[in-house]
Parts: sequence; C-alpha cells; structure tokens
Amino acid sequence: MTGSPREDGRDHVTEGRPDEIDACDRCLRRAFLVAHLAPRIAGLLDRPAPRVAGLLALPDDAFVAAATSGDSEDAWRFVESLDLEAARAALHAAGTLAVCRHAHDYPPPLRDLADPPAVLFAVGETGALRALRDDVAVAVVGTRRASPYGTEVAYALGRGLGAAGVAVVSGLARGIDGTAHRGCLDGGGVPVAVLACGPDVVYPRRHRGLYERVRADGVVVSELPPGTRPFRWSFPARNRIMAALARLTVVVEAAEPSGSLITADFARDIGRGVAAVPGRVTSSFARGTNGLLKDGAVPVTGTEDVLDELFGVGVRRAPPWREAPAGPADPQLSAVLEAAERFESVDAIARGLGLTAAAARAALGRLEAEGYLVRRDLGGWERAAS
Amino acid sequence: MLAAVATFALDGIRSHEVTVEVDVRSGVSIFTLVGLPDRAVRESRERVRAALMNSGLQFPKQRLTVNLAPAHVRKAGPGFDLAIAVGVLAASDQVPREQLEDCALCGELSLSGELRPVNGALAAALGARNAGYRRLLVPAANGPEAALVDGVEVYGLPTLARMADLLHGRWAPDLARPAVPDPDEADAGPDFADVRGQDDAKRALEIAAAGGHNLLMIGPPGAGKTMLARRLPGILPPPTFDEALEVTQVHSAAGIGHGRLATERPFRAPHHTISAQGLVGGGPTPRPGEITLAHRGVLFLDELPEFGRMAIDALRQPLEEGRVEIMRGQRALEFPANATVVAACNRCPCARPPDTCSCTSLELGRYLRRLSGPLLDRIDLVCNVEAVPAVELVDREGGRRTESATVRSRVVAARERQHTRLAGTGAFCNGDMDGRLTRRQVPLDAVLAARLLAVRGTANLSGRAHDRILRVARTIADLAGRHRVTVTDLDEALSYRLDGWEAIAA
Repeated sequence: MTGSPREDGRDHVTEGRPDEIDACDRCLRRAFLVAHLAPRIAGLLDRPAPRVAGLLALPDDAFVAAATSGDSEDAWRFVESLDLEAARAALHAAGTLAVCRHAHDYPPPLRDLADPPAVLFAVGETGALRALRDDVAVAVVGTRRASPYGTEVAYALGRGLGAAGVAVVSGLARGIDGTAHRGCLDGGGVPVAVLACGPDVVYPRRHRGLYERVRADGVVVSELPPGTRPFRWSFPARNRIMAALARLTVVVEAAEPSGSLITADFARDIGRGVAAVPGRVTSSFARGTNGLLKDGAVPVTGTEDVLDELFGVGVRRAPPWREAPAGPADPQLSAVLEAAERFESVDAIARGLGLTAAAARAALGRLEAEGYLVRRDLGGWERAAS
Repeated sequence: MLAAVATFALDGIRSHEVTVEVDVRSGVSIFTLVGLPDRAVRESRERVRAALMNSGLQFPKQRLTVNLAPAHVRKAGPGFDLAIAVGVLAASDQVPREQLEDCALCGELSLSGELRPVNGALAAALGARNAGYRRLLVPAANGPEAALVDGVEVYGLPTLARMADLLHGRWAPDLARPAVPDPDEADAGPDFADVRGQDDAKRALEIAAAGGHNLLMIGPPGAGKTMLARRLPGILPPPTFDEALEVTQVHSAAGIGHGRLATERPFRAPHHTISAQGLVGGGPTPRPGEITLAHRGVLFLDELPEFGRMAIDALRQPLEEGRVEIMRGQRALEFPANATVVAACNRCPCARPPDTCSCTSLELGRYLRRLSGPLLDRIDLVCNVEAVPAVELVDREGGRRTESATVRSRVVAARERQHTRLAGTGAFCNGDMDGRLTRRQVPLDAVLAARLLAVRGTANLSGRAHDRILRVARTIADLAGRHRVTVTDLDEALSYRLDGWEAIAA
C-alpha cells in the first residue's frame, strides 16, 4: 500500500486499515475541503465548464485562496477541526469505500487527469471498482432530453456492451445516461455511475430504483464525500472523471451546447477515444453528435462498432440478444412485412399491396403475434430488432 | 274559492307532478306564491296578471294565494305560468272547475297571453300518462313532441284565451299530431363517401359500430379525425322508436331538441376544456351532461390528453353502467348515458410529422400517461388516421366508394346476429360483454389459443386486453357473417389492440 507515488509521505498513513478505506490524511482532507467549499465554488463560477478543472488542479493553499477570494480563515479553521479518524469510521460504518490517489485500488486511468480526484468515494460492488484497474470501460453519455431514437440507441448500446462484458460508465442522469445504465443492467453487465454529488445521494431522485440496481450490480462513484449535494460546477467536474475512466466515450445524442460535449472534450484532452451516434442532420437533438463526427469522432451505429474500436475489428463480439426470426414462409405475409418497414400507415401498406384495410390489418396482427413486428408507441409497426 | 290544477315540472330529464292550488278570497288585492318557488317561478305572478288581462279575462282584485305542492320540493323555471293562470281562472269561476279534473297542463305565458313552449314537453307527457291523466294541454309548439307519447290526449294551444274557450267547451281543437319525421325526408347526415381514403379508419369505425365498441383514433391534426367520427352515427343502426324517444326526451329536457322525434343518433363533441360537471351532468338544478346528451349516440372526445383528469375520471361510472347518478341533497337523480365513445389524440405532444418531431422520450411518456386511465380501459379499438397524401384526392375513379348506407346495412346485420346470440345474457352487443361472458361467447379452439399464446410471448397482455381482443374478434366475425371466430378475425383484432402502453408511459 505504500509504494504509490506521492509528493511527500508525511500524511500517508494507511497501513493496518481495511482496504475499503484506503485514503491518506492529506487526500481525505482535500476531499472534505472541496465539499466544504463547494457552495463557494458554485458562486465563483458563472461558466463552470472551462475553469473548474483548473481550479481543482490547484494545490490546497492556492485552491483555498481562489475559492474563498482571500477570506480563507473559515476554510482553514474547518481543516483544523476535521477529525479524520472519525470520518474514516463513519465511512466504514456506512459501507462506503474510499481510495485516495496514492492507494493501490485507485483506478489508474484517473491519474491521466491534470486534476485527478484526491479521493474516490464509492458504494456498491467493490469488485467493480477494482475491475476499473485493468478492464476496459466505455462511457455512454448524452442529453437528458432524449428523443425516442436516442433512448432506443442508448439502451441497445448499454445492453450490447453489458452483454459483451464491457463496463458502461455514465452519469445516472435522466435521458441517455440512465437509459444506458438500464441497458447495461439488462444485458447483465457492470454499470459504473459517476455522480456529481456524494455517492450516497440519489440524483435525480426519480432514479432511485435505477440507483439501487446499479449499486447492487455495479458501482456508484464520486469525488465528493457522502452527503454532499450536487452543484452546478460538479457536473462538468464529474464529466472529467467519466471521460478518464472510460477508454472510449460514446455520445449518443447531444444538442449544442451540452454536458456530453464537455465530456467528449475532456476525453480528447487526455487522449481517450471519442465516438458519436449519427443523427438526422435536420434534428436539433443531433447537432452536437453530428458536430463531433465532423470533427473526427468514431461513428457508432451499434455495439459492434464500439467493440471494433476497442479491441480491433471483429476481435470481440456481443452475444446476440435474441434470435432474429427468419422471414415468414407465406409470400403475402413477407410482402406485408416488407411494406410495414417502408410505410407509416395501414392505409399505405394496403394501398401498396392492393389489399383491403382489413386484410392488411390481419396480416399485421399475425406478424406481430409471431414476433416479426413490434408496435411503436402511438401508431405504426417496425421490424423486430434482432 | 279554491281550485287545483295539475302540472308537470322537469326534474333532470323526467318530470314530477306538481299541483297548483289557488285560493281566491275577499281582502286586500295581493298575490302570494308559496311552495319553494325560484325567481323565475315568482316572476310568474307578473306574467300571469298581464296575460290574463291581455286575453280579455279578469284578474281578480282580491286576496290571491298560490301554493305549489308538494311544498318541500324546489320549483324552477317558467313552466308553471299556464297552470297558475288557469288555476286563477278556475278559482275565480271564470272557467268550469270540473273540466280540470282529468287534465294536466304546462306552458309558459307571454304578457300578451300567448303560450310559449317549454323544455321537457315529452317528459311532461310521459308523466301525465303515467299519472293517469286523460288530457294534456301544452303550448302549440310543444304539441307534436308531447303527442309522441301514447295513452294521453295531447292538445296544442296557441293562447290563454283559446285555453278558456276549450275549457268552456266553446272550442274543440284537433289532437296534436305526433312529430315523427318521414324517414325519407330525414336528414341523412354526413356520408362516408365524402371522406377520401382512410380505409383503415373507416374499417375501424365499422367494427366499432357493429359491436358497440369504443374507439381511439390517433393521427396528426387535420387528418380528418373529427370528420370521420361525425360519420359514426350514420352507420350505427337507426334508432328504434323507444331509443329515439329516449333521445328526444333527453334533448327536450336540455332544451336542445327540435320539437320532433330524433331520427338520427346524437353526436356530441365537447371541447376539451369542459368540466367534470359539464361532461357527466349536475348543477344546482341538475342538468344532463354531454355523456347523457350523447345517449344512444356518439360522444367524441377530440384531443383526449387535453381533457382534465377530473372530467375523464368522472366518465368512469357512466361508461361502466350506461347511466349517471347524481346526488342532490337527499335525492338521487339518474340520467341515461349509453353512448359510444370515440376519442382522438395526436401521435405525440408536438403533433408534427415523425421526421420533424422534436418530442423527447420524457415528453412522450408524459403524454401517454395522460392518455391512460379509466377511459382507456373502456376502449376496445385503436386505429391510426394518416394525413391523406395529395394524390388520393384526385385519383379515386377506380376505387371503392363505401357509402354510409351500405356500411350501415352490414352493421345492422352484424347487430342482428349479436341480438340472437346474446339473447338472455343481459348484453345487447359485443361491446357490452364482460370478461366472463366474452370467454363464454368466444370459445378458443386450438388454433386461436395458440395464436394468443404466441402474442403473450411478445407482448405483455393483461386480462382486460385479452378480453378486448376477443370481443373485437367476435364483432369482426359477425360482420363477415361467420358463426365462429377464425384466426384471421383474431389477427385483425390483435392489430387494433392497445396493450403495452403502461410500459411506455411508465
């Protein structure tokens, strides 16, 4: 535990502690200091994205000075009053893991950051956190205001990557992030949720159920100590952790500007891959992702593309989710199936094939019953995904 | 001197008997009206006074007391005018009292002594008949409507003076002729032939009409959802005389009748800002709501998700029981409410075509959540209405033109099959069948059972959804004149179903 790099060794006393709490005094102090000053950072930064990284990279003295704009006495008093032993005991009691950047279990990819989190707090499956040392993870991120298309793709990617044994890193937010986690869980994979608040704080609250599932099957991490609420600046700060943890960041859907584009920027800055799912060029939902593609991001049209990018073309394959049904034997049914992919309405299908509406309906009903077609939310069918 | 006159006051859509007692005795000239009259009834004193004097009759300059019995029930409206005026005439010996014993009257007076029509003449006639009165005297304009009731002689009178003549035996008017329009002259209403294309929606409407199923149409604005729904009454079976009488009674009570028998089924399309009370009825003097006005006809709810939660929830009981019960004080009032519901909504909240749609999954989920609820449970069929492509409008020469009359004949035949099959079960059409009856009426052979099993493999089918599919399949078979439901019927029924929304909306 002691061979880790550090600037000086005076505060690093982790020997004899259980692995779960492997954080030196200095790092732990820094983590609590960041949480203590979080509201002041919030007030300090109007446009959080560009400056927050620089701020967090500062050494303690400069950080306190910058965050408090000179009025630093209160902050230092807070540091003096910190009882780290009690804090460690509380973390231990709550089952929260804490690894500082000098610890063995600290995910090495985070060290590529100019401002790595001093301590990574985590809840959930300990093994999942350790796995981040050596296993490949992919970040699947995107807008909170997702279109049905984005939702579908995010789910499929999460599920495919999960099934292929790739950890899916995301932010547990509404929209794409949460959907990717959900897909990963359904695919039997290991989700890694990076939060902008303490790892025990469920945000957004409507994702309570998802949070519990991620915690059970994967891990929830944060650089902020338990109990810290989210701040505006902590979301882009969280994004740098996602970008660092993942070897590839896939942006599924993003308007402009967008937090997901910040994640992509971070990923690029530290030499990680950036990929994006193409969208309609006329759609405002896809402006950000299509922009990334123009700038050279890897186009992703399915799980295969992500796996090819990570492991080389054709090296690793996701197991098929469900057996694709072969086409129906009846020629008229095949004709209707084909028409259903091309046309929106029953009338158009019937017209195209010269059928009555009733006959077209009967064929559609049968195709759906036999699993060739699935129904879309409010009208229309589409071919069942394989 | 004392006189009593029978009249009938509207209570909801029915009428109850009110006895107008008039006492005239010497004293200061004063006109007192008791028996819980509302403002309109109290003002009746002025109308009665002026009408009598303008008709060449005497208004007694004596102490005049009018009591409206039963005295504990509130009286509303101007319909008591005529009875009060005649009561005054009888009590002051200007008309023979014995003439009034077997006769009931109701009507509003103008100051000149003319008789003005009242709402609910049909209800009054039904009341008078059931109470055993031989004659009913009503304003001339109400005569044809009131005469629809058998078993009571209805006379339509133009003026108060004529009324006095009749009671004196100086004038013998003809009986009022019942207003049953000639079916050939009746307004046929909008026809299916006016709607180009939309074969899918037309087919769904035909099934809805044939089986008495409620329907949801989904499609972009301007696709013709309202236009299509308006044509449903025209393909439903023509109302029977009793049904027409019910419709006429409701509409007459609500003051939207035409003074004659309704020959077509009503079509009501309330705006989505309507209140729960407006939809199911109520108010201090309870009035029928839209669901009652649509009784035996069609209630069209355009933009279903925009309707208030309260309003839609209030529809639950009427849709299940075919009637509305309104509690007013200690009394329970019942309105009939047996209507086919056609609802319509857009595909998504922004209502733009799919390629320019800007709705997020979240917004879509919220929209779907607003759709679900008690009403959705009562909807058997869902169909899509597409924006008609431009070519469709010009090139229809070779196409089939389904006309409402043709469709209606198929619907009537299907209904007859249902009547025969459902005789004695309490249900009148497939849409009325509950879960148990449905399963008894649609026995599953091996092929049908296998298909339903296959659906369960791909979709999350609730028990209710299962029953809805079978009901619709039964109607499709009835339309085709088939004794048994075939797997093709079932396949078609499957395509109209609406299960699985709960998952999307969650």
